[in-house]
Amino acid sequence: MIETFAALSDPTRLRIVSLLREGPQAVGAIAERLSLNQPQASKHLIVLKKAHLVDVEARAQQRLYRLDPAGLMAVHEWLEPYRRLWDARFIQMDEVIAQIMRDETQDRKD
Amino acid sequence: MLNPTTLELVGDREIVIHRRFAAPARIVFEAYTRADLVARWWAPNVLGVEIVSTEADVRKGGRYRYVIRPLGGDPIGFNGEYREVTPHSRIVYSQVYEPMADLGEVVITVTLTEANGQTDVRFSELCPSVHVRDGIIASGMESGMRNTFDQLEELVITLAAT
Repeated sequence: MIETFAALSDPTRLRIVSLLREGPQAVGAIAERLSLNQPQASKHLIVLKKAHLVDVEARAQQRLYRLDPAGLMAVHEWLEPYRRLWDARFIQMDEVIAQIMRDETQDRKD
Repeated sequence: MLNPTTLELVGDREIVIHRRFAAPARIVFEAYTRADLVARWWAPNVLGVEIVSTEADVRKGGRYRYVIRPLGGDPIGFNGEYREVTPHSRIVYSQVYEPMADLGEVVITVTLTEANGQTDVRFSELCPSVHVRDGIIASGMESGMRNTFDQLEELVITLAAT
């Protein structure tokens, strides 16, 4: 679990995960898209694989990296309570805003 | 219909939250900053948290302090200083979590963008370290859990009464 979050605390690895949302990619393509050299990209992919954030699949002569739902689900579960906390605040803020707007409409009528 | 709240991590020290409000920026800005209005939304009631007090001197160099109380817990204060106040579009302020003031301050930047009578709010929390960021994220889990425990307790009481 801790490994998952540590893996994502690196901005480059976060970009790799983000890129793989488009679909599976070979290490060369990942390196090119993110302006990394291939050994750098491979090093990051190894960390991400250990953290269950990416997985490898063999397709024809290529090894393609794709997102691994296991690690991503853990990240989602980690972030979700804090997102819900802000969501709860904003829903209350919606009510405050609606009242300000009602009051202003009323003032214009008076 | 409720607008969705989205959250993303940027790098290892920043949390970014996006939310749209069905009102002009002028009104969203007022609701976000005016202490008497903050008192009505800042504590997430559904998570069992209530507001104790809010004070805010909303101008550059001015200070604010919000105090909340988790259900059955002691009051917890947050305070900080406004670094930039640009009415209806941008507010930058620091925030110290008083029980752990030695961890340093988080710098919050709120950007409001109005279009067609609606306002998109981008809320960024820049933390002094990855540990503080992770602690902030975990705070959501604590209040969520507290809520779950409360519901469980209610359920137990209900069952006991029947």
